[in-house]
Amino acid sequence: MTIKSILTGAVTAVGLASAAFAADVKVGFVYVGPVGDGGWTYEHEQGRLAVEKHFGDKVETIFQESVPEGADSERVMTQMALSGANLIFTTSFGYMDPTNNVAAKFPNVKFEHATGYKRMHPNVSTYSARFYEGRAVQGHIAGKMTKTNKIGYIGSFPIPEVIRGINAAFIHAKKANPDVEFNIVWAYTWFDPAKEADAATALIEQGADVILQHTDSTAPQAAAEKAGNVITFGQASDMPEYGPMPRVSSIIDDWAPYYIARTQAVLDGSWASMDTWDGIGPGMVKIGEISNAVPADVKADALALRDSIASGTYSPFTGPLNKQDGSAWLAAGETADDGTLAGMSFYVEGLTGDIPN
Amino acid sequence: MDLSAINPVLLIASLMVSATPILLAAIGETVVEKAGVLNLGVEGMMITGAVVGFAVAINSGSPELGFICAAIAGAALSLSFGFLTQVLLANQVATGLGLTLVGLGLSALIGKPYEGMKSPTLPALDIPGFSDIPILGPIVFSHDPMVYVSIALVIAVWAVLKYSRAGLILRGVGENHDAAHALGYKVIRIRLLAIMFGGACAGLGGAYLSLVRVPQWTEGMTSGAGWIALAIVVFGSWKPLRVLVGAYLFGGVTVLQLNLQAAGVAIPVEYLSMSPYLITIAVLVFISARGAQTAPASLGRIFHASN
Amino acid sequence: MIRLEKRLHPSRALTSLTPILAVILTMIIGGVMFALLGKPPLESIRIIFWDPLFNPQFAAYSRPQLLVKAAPLILIAIGLSIGFRAGIWNIGAEGQYIMGAICGAGMGLAFYPADLFIIFPLMVITGAFGGWAWAMIPALLKTRFGTNEILVSLMLVYVAESLLASVSSGVLKNPDGMGFPGSRNLQQYPAAANSELIANTGMHWGVVACFIAVIFAYVVLTRHLQGFHIRLTGQAPRAARFAGVNPHRVTILCLGVSGALAGMAGLFEVAGPAGQITIDFNTGYGFTAIIVAFLGRLHPLGIVLAGLLMALTYIGGELAQLMLGLPGASIQLFQGMLLFFLLATDVFTHYRVRFGEA
Repeated sequence: MTIKSILTGAVTAVGLASAAFAADVKVGFVYVGPVGDGGWTYEHEQGRLAVEKHFGDKVETIFQESVPEGADSERVMTQMALSGANLIFTTSFGYMDPTNNVAAKFPNVKFEHATGYKRMHPNVSTYSARFYEGRAVQGHIAGKMTKTNKIGYIGSFPIPEVIRGINAAFIHAKKANPDVEFNIVWAYTWFDPAKEADAATALIEQGADVILQHTDSTAPQAAAEKAGNVITFGQASDMPEYGPMPRVSSIIDDWAPYYIARTQAVLDGSWASMDTWDGIGPGMVKIGEISNAVPADVKADALALRDSIASGTYSPFTGPLNKQDGSAWLAAGETADDGTLAGMSFYVEGLTGDIPN
Repeated sequence: MDLSAINPVLLIASLMVSATPILLAAIGETVVEKAGVLNLGVEGMMITGAVVGFAVAINSGSPELGFICAAIAGAALSLSFGFLTQVLLANQVATGLGLTLVGLGLSALIGKPYEGMKSPTLPALDIPGFSDIPILGPIVFSHDPMVYVSIALVIAVWAVLKYSRAGLILRGVGENHDAAHALGYKVIRIRLLAIMFGGACAGLGGAYLSLVRVPQWTEGMTSGAGWIALAIVVFGSWKPLRVLVGAYLFGGVTVLQLNLQAAGVAIPVEYLSMSPYLITIAVLVFISARGAQTAPASLGRIFHASN
Repeated sequence: MIRLEKRLHPSRALTSLTPILAVILTMIIGGVMFALLGKPPLESIRIIFWDPLFNPQFAAYSRPQLLVKAAPLILIAIGLSIGFRAGIWNIGAEGQYIMGAICGAGMGLAFYPADLFIIFPLMVITGAFGGWAWAMIPALLKTRFGTNEILVSLMLVYVAESLLASVSSGVLKNPDGMGFPGSRNLQQYPAAANSELIANTGMHWGVVACFIAVIFAYVVLTRHLQGFHIRLTGQAPRAARFAGVNPHRVTILCLGVSGALAGMAGLFEVAGPAGQITIDFNTGYGFTAIIVAFLGRLHPLGIVLAGLLMALTYIGGELAQLMLGLPGASIQLFQGMLLFFLLATDVFTHYRVRFGEA
């Protein structure tokens, strides 16, 4: 008997046993950080709670937080599948290979991997959000509101997602204010409040009066609040306790609609492997309440920008745009295709500094 | 690349803030090691202080009360180390590591309900007139009270160790615990008091991180600060004033590398982030090469009064 | 009054009994802790200690995972125990583990996509070399300048972590990886993969290596002259010098061996369960191994048992998180308490309790 048949047998046995329970579907969530991080994992947890609320007794959810990427995550996913989960959401890029490995062993369990690109089996889907659409709106507000023309950006890792965000923010900041410049600091972490506080302080001390971040804690907001007269944006979560200043707006990841839809698909039996990349339009990316520290005309422009992106009439990456080395990238009116965006590894013209390798 | 964007005055002010948690933990550990005990559990005591201080500050609204409770919590936790090593004669290295584990786990559990919350924090001193002096103003007069407390603590420890009878006895116990015992001094009691002092200081250092520097509570937020504090004690050759220099140096390099990044300096980030640790190693080598180790002679050895 | 009187020889009976006593005490206090957290204490203890071994729903999968989790811990702990016996405190095993993984994986990836038999053995040797070289830094600094090896090896852990981040995004980055940091997945490169030797038992080359290391360490420590020198240096340094033991040589040997073993563990992990070099590839095995070494009383066979016990708490802890919603931090606390209780009960092995006049 192969391990596959043992495991399938075990799952079927558990499945039959759990048919006696009220829940029709068991959904598992694997988190890379603590649910209290106030950022990335917190929003996934909100999505899970929304699923529970929406389906009531029909769906049971389980979760595990702070699961390190690598062998441990593979074990956690396997144990979730063994305990009867029908649908498992793995919420970090680093879970990509483990997700596919476990999916191979459990063909009857559906796996949804966030921010990844490998779907090696028919029971694996991938999903991500077009955060860069939110960055475009942020960049516009930042460009309009900066008085020193220096915008600080706390980057996490030099991966395409982060570079997309930097580019989108920069393009729109520059459109709003041609004199603006970006100072980018790489924190090499998704979540480390002490380091983020230090990075924000360093940027502020060098003259930045706007801080954008791709890291997940509220530490930069606290540092900005201490410095005074610096504006920030909430990242992944609304971070309202820091509004109206320094937090003037935010990007909110809203996974609830997607999670509810996918759970429903498992309930209906209509679940199929697909790749989802949704933005403001479908509601996966939300722009947080723009505070009254932002002038009314800037707020109106930002909301209009958001609406045009949501309706699809405007794409944040629309030419004419050149790459950082001056070579032509997009002609006038041309928009970037998803393939280029997914693997983006270059800065657009006007950004100084190099992407660390 | 724009090095002129780095403001040296603000840099020094930042590094003082960055160094304060390590300084507090290091000065406490200096006293402990001067008494002849090697407590590797600084990380565990710091993080316990961080979570207790944070929780108390949120519940009471008073950051000052948070700091006091953090010190008490650190001292209480260190007592477990003290009991195991002084009364039950356990190996100090292993017990210290166990203390780190216990501290990390306990703090994560206590801190669960407090993740993501915002705490009341200490206001920065703002003396009208003094704080506006160029250069000296931001460096000397614009910090929050704990920075001044930490410096005062260093001076107090230096004075007590050097000039007071209690300090002399402590040093005696650290150099030769058998002789001190023969002279009638209560070695175990003195060491327990020293260990508790070290725990209280580490607790204060941790609370500074969660109440002032970040300020937030997160699991594992000390990120190795306790180990750095241990290195700084050796760096400073167990002399309080040198420990101060070491802490500021380390804090300075850490803050400098972020500032260099922000200024667009082309050195790869990873080498910049390695630099504080490499520099610490270099200094450790330099000090030991010169031969003057000046470690307390009984450091780490188990004391057992034989009859 | 109660006082402690040193025994002439450590009590043999108690040496074997105290770990069991410590485990029982930890279970009791741990149960109390779980109850305070609002979780059913008996069920929690059962899930942590019993289920991974015998629960029909999970055990077929968890039992082999115990070996997978314990193997690197035991391998590193064997190396550390040799040093600890000599009073040489290698706290930086985590850094040596990382460097071994980087060097070994680098060697393997340099051959990609060739399919030669020699690749995996070369990777193992390179991994051991990487760890050995990283441990030589504190070793040479100690023998040459007298620098404290605890602090140097510890600082080097942070340096190694920075190097790991650097190579994940740079030299070793997967060219087919869409720009994301992380190396190629070695599990998918057969010539370099550290796969299971016997299916579904969790036994990969790392497990084999750890058993070889255990036997080797046992033989050396109890039968070989070098082992005697090591033990002597730890217990009576001056006597050792008079006996002609060269302390520098002992330092270099102990640090070298522990570094090489830690490096090998890193390689087996990166080519096996972990699969690729990523920015946060290391999960603290170097530090946990220190606990395992002490729990195992620095004795090779004890370390095997201690390693399996620690693996059990990890895997049982994961199950408890999943099934009861127990916070992950409680397991860390549990492991710390286990060490504390062991150290506390240790006193009875070396000292006799006496009542009466001082």
